Amino acid sequence: MKKIILFLVCFYLSILSNSAIALVEVDITRGNLDPLPIAVSPLYVEPGSKEIQNEGKIIKNIGEEISKVIEINFRRSGLFNPLKKDSFVQNPDIAHIKPRFEDWRLIKAQALVTGKVSISEDKLRAEFRLWDVVASKEMIALAFSTTPDNWRRVAHIISDKIYQRLTGETGYFDTRIIYVSETGKKTQRYKKLAIMDQDGANVKYLTLGNELVLTPRFSPKNQLVTYLSYFRNLPRVYLLDIETGVQEVVGDFPGMTFAPRFSPDGKKIIMSFAQDGNSDIYTMNLETRVVERITDHTSIDTSPSYSPDGKYICFNSDRSGLQQIYVMRSDGSNVKRITFGKGLYGTPVWSPRGDLIAFTKVHKGKFYIGVMRADGSGERLLTENFYQEAPSWSPNGRVLIFYRETKTNSQGEGFSAKLWSIDLTGYNERLIETETDGSDPSWSSLLSK
Amino acid sequence: MLKELLTIRETHMSFSGSFKKLLLIFLAGVVLSACATQKKSTGQMQGDVYTGNDTVEYLASGVRDRVFFATNKSTLTTASRDVLRKQAAWMRAKGKSLSFTIEGHADERGTREYNLALGERRANAVKDYLMTYGISGSRLSVISYGKERPVNSGSNPLAWSQNRRSVTVKTN
Repeated sequence: MKKIILFLVCFYLSILSNSAIALVEVDITRGNLDPLPIAVSPLYVEPGSKEIQNEGKIIKNIGEEISKVIEINFRRSGLFNPLKKDSFVQNPDIAHIKPRFEDWRLIKAQALVTGKVSISEDKLRAEFRLWDVVASKEMIALAFSTTPDNWRRVAHIISDKIYQRLTGETGYFDTRIIYVSETGKKTQRYKKLAIMDQDGANVKYLTLGNELVLTPRFSPKNQLVTYLSYFRNLPRVYLLDIETGVQEVVGDFPGMTFAPRFSPDGKKIIMSFAQDGNSDIYTMNLETRVVERITDHTSIDTSPSYSPDGKYICFNSDRSGLQQIYVMRSDGSNVKRITFGKGLYGTPVWSPRGDLIAFTKVHKGKFYIGVMRADGSGERLLTENFYQEAPSWSPNGRVLIFYRETKTNSQGEGFSAKLWSIDLTGYNERLIETETDGSDPSWSSLLSK
Repeated sequence: MLKELLTIRETHMSFSGSFKKLLLIFLAGVVLSACATQKKSTGQMQGDVYTGNDTVEYLASGVRDRVFFATNKSTLTTASRDVLRKQAAWMRAKGKSLSFTIEGHADERGTREYNLALGERRANAVKDYLMTYGISGSRLSVISYGKERPVNSGSNPLAWSQNRRSVTVKTN
């Protein structure tokens, strides 16, 4: 992967932080059944701009393509309703200088995005403005420079800035998802590591499918991934640098290691090690290579996940007889069971905001994705299905991505595995389109911070 | 009660051939009575443990290659122990040059990571049992596939019971 440097320039500061009469804002703490009508004008392409190619095809109008990527982000967020472009009356270049707000009010837009893009040999420069149509005011204006092949990231960064301005929270559009790509029949699946942009674009396969791979997870530092590989029929946790392609086994364990995740500082990997029929939780420090045993119990202890401050670990264990969620201090002390509801609980994942734990619940033959507070109170089930598991948080803690498998028919046919996302509110459940079937998704941090 | 006592004796003692035969008959009786009193039999399943012959392969004539488990359990049923004693006898007869991998598997009704651990636990339950019948641990390696390698692609209780299994595979 190429190193990406984005220059962020605030070039228009006249109305900065004038929020006294800011009328347009989006509440994301509840299910949003009334998404904000927003007009995303195509970015004006400066004359003389160089053409750029996408997968061998010349992009006719890069300004329009960027605006489309922004619109898809907004629609998928469930918080915005991007208006149809054929109702726009003002030309992109004029609108970017000074919108005629009455025209935009006429089509019921409450917010307007305008912009301008120019491309020279090796540089793409884009600027945008967000306008409050109701109050007839500019809300933000920013400009970016990058290489032309990064044009989709420009669209994602613009989306993030607008999301942040209108919701008050950081966005999650300039991110990637690593997952397991699946092909083949259910009894003989071929699995590869795959990485894509959060909106499904730019898919790349990182392994060839020669060996089974499972449960990839991003480092909070982004360029590292930890996952389980059955290379040479020895299931072990691996570390992969997605920029260099270099990979290595994590630790030197005489048996299966699995269920890896990074510590919040990216310095340790926490995982399970199975020996003689018993799985316990271990950590390995990636710098010092020191291995520490965190749990020591005859039960299955697995699926560990750190709290964002690194002080606690949640995990699942069947020490009570059935699979339940526990929380302990990061040194393994003070183990407390936090789930007492009906059914089994697994795959706990601590929210990046620290307040919630997402989990999979199995009860009466149904699988649920839910969230609860870190002490186990306030359980809320977001979605129910035949089979679904493995939630992963968006970096802002507002969206969960997970995978779902279908029930096969009486002939055992019709199996599929797909990635889905749902808002923390329980609304806005969406399929994430992938070229192949997919499972075990893990969401990266924001690429540009 | 009697069944439990037998289980304990079985795993801690090695028996002479004739005593074992006696014990087998005895165990068969226990199975029958257990069947009649507590577990409902549904053709190919007892409780939710698979008891049929579909999917089963043979290491040698009369030596089944796999045993089946109840949901979320790794305990060996009396029928499983019977299969494993036959495996052990065959392994002893074949000599020390042969080694084996014991694959542990789970059904699709659990989370992936827990199932990996469960498959490992099941494979080790089999390994331990074979070792009590004189098979050296150095000849037996274990691998868990969790829910990754179902033998039956169905999404129904019978398919799941066939997938909750441990399979002994000859490795050389």
